[in-house]
Amino acid sequence: MALLEVQRVAKLYDLPGSSEPYTVFKDLSLNVEEQEFVAVLGHSGCGKSTLLNIIAGIDTAAAGAVFLNYREINGPGLDRMVVFQNFALMPWLSVFHNIRLAVKAAFPTWDKEKIDERTTRYMHMVGLAGAEHKKPAELSGGMRQRVGLARAFSVEPRIMLLDEPFAQIDALTRGVIQEELVRIWESTGITIFMVTHDVDEAILLSDRILLMSPGPFAEVRMEIKVDIPRPRGRTTVIEHPEYYKIRNKIIRFLSEKHVAAPEAIPA
Amino acid sequence: MATASPKDNRWMLLSLFFLLLFLGFWALISLNTKIPSPLSVAKVAGEFLAHPFYDNGPNDKGIGILTGYSLLRLSAGFTVGALLGIFWGVVLGLNPMLFKALNPFIQILRAISPIAWMPLLLYSVRDSGVTALLVVIMASLWPTLANTAFGVAHIKKDYINVANILQLNPIAKVMKVVLPAAGPAIVAGLKISMGAAWVAIVPAEALLGSLGLGYFVWNEWNNLSLPSVIFAILLIGIVGVVIDLLFSKLAGKLAYTD
Repeated sequence: MALLEVQRVAKLYDLPGSSEPYTVFKDLSLNVEEQEFVAVLGHSGCGKSTLLNIIAGIDTAAAGAVFLNYREINGPGLDRMVVFQNFALMPWLSVFHNIRLAVKAAFPTWDKEKIDERTTRYMHMVGLAGAEHKKPAELSGGMRQRVGLARAFSVEPRIMLLDEPFAQIDALTRGVIQEELVRIWESTGITIFMVTHDVDEAILLSDRILLMSPGPFAEVRMEIKVDIPRPRGRTTVIEHPEYYKIRNKIIRFLSEKHVAAPEAIPA
Repeated sequence: MATASPKDNRWMLLSLFFLLLFLGFWALISLNTKIPSPLSVAKVAGEFLAHPFYDNGPNDKGIGILTGYSLLRLSAGFTVGALLGIFWGVVLGLNPMLFKALNPFIQILRAISPIAWMPLLLYSVRDSGVTALLVVIMASLWPTLANTAFGVAHIKKDYINVANILQLNPIAKVMKVVLPAAGPAIVAGLKISMGAAWVAIVPAEALLGSLGLGYFVWNEWNNLSLPSVIFAILLIGIVGVVIDLLFSKLAGKLAYTD
């Protein structure tokens, strides 16, 4: 069994003025292996964030099950830290205390020195030294997501769930943070599941890319292994002969008109 | 909206002008009626303020002591009312179903002037001091409760999600996430509560004869000392403004930008 197993999950929404619910996806399954970096790539609104929220336990599936490390999940937990697209930092807390809140929650028996020490370590790891007393509102998007990453890494979850983490960050900063994410991921050996609509981001970061068709009845249609050796850099990765092959394959998939698979069309 | 720059102090001059205009009109009216003139009020005020803390028995105390009584009653009642309001506000804010079910009752209760409860309260507890305190509690309860419940119910889902992912226990969740997130709304409610309590305390003291500024106003009216009545009115207004300023400071401390 893989570290994360999503088995035949379904998500339905009630549509106002309709007796038929809207099926975001049905019978959706996927696996993520230990220490793997997997990205789900799809159009906006295809349901990939919903899928991530179900794995995180902050949304519920209508059917199916999610297993993490052989255990079925039924609610949110510290073993699945989420990095949110809109950062979701506590605006009334400083950078230091945003991260400390997570450390303290994860290690409730630790004394103050130990909690502070770990908080400081992860704050420095993501390049936030000097910003510890600032409030999130005083930071750029890039800096805010560094806090989000530090908060998630600091509790050492079994898996990290990244929900379009760099979508709201300007392009120049995005590249820098992406590379730092890879560096931290490689040094910590953590497993990462990410959803994104950024093709280059998916290729730069992932071991495996799952392409999701647009909803309703969204499904993982294609799987692409990214066989580009690590460490990858923003500038070196595009020179690899595999890069454009993969990129073209993805672009072709994303521009196709997708019809729901025949068996998925309701009678 | 056009706002004056912080360095532009001309509003002070304008304010002074309005004050003089008001005093002028007042003086003019007092010349032709039995309304006491600003000068006679100032003279009375000077006498009262010269010995604010004298104490000549139960019914003759200095204005400072009377103000102190009112403020004591205000803070005791407000503290109880605010704590109850915040507690039930959080409970209702976190339970949408309960909030919806109780909201009509809350709206009715908050529409009732706390003074209207007074006969019933007095009949029930049979003690004017306790009744005055209960009136202040009633006045401060509803605005804080309603604002807290609304603020808590509208906390960004993200903060709650983070709290749940971090598996904070219910108490930590309320103390570390819910209360700070709803902080600005709660303080806004407290500010309204404090204003309502200060407004209610004057008639409560006047009607119940509990020592305080309200009692003083009524007492001076019974003595037919209009300059003292006007002095008391002004004092009540000034104390109210000072309290409000203190709350604005608190609100500034708890505000956050998203």
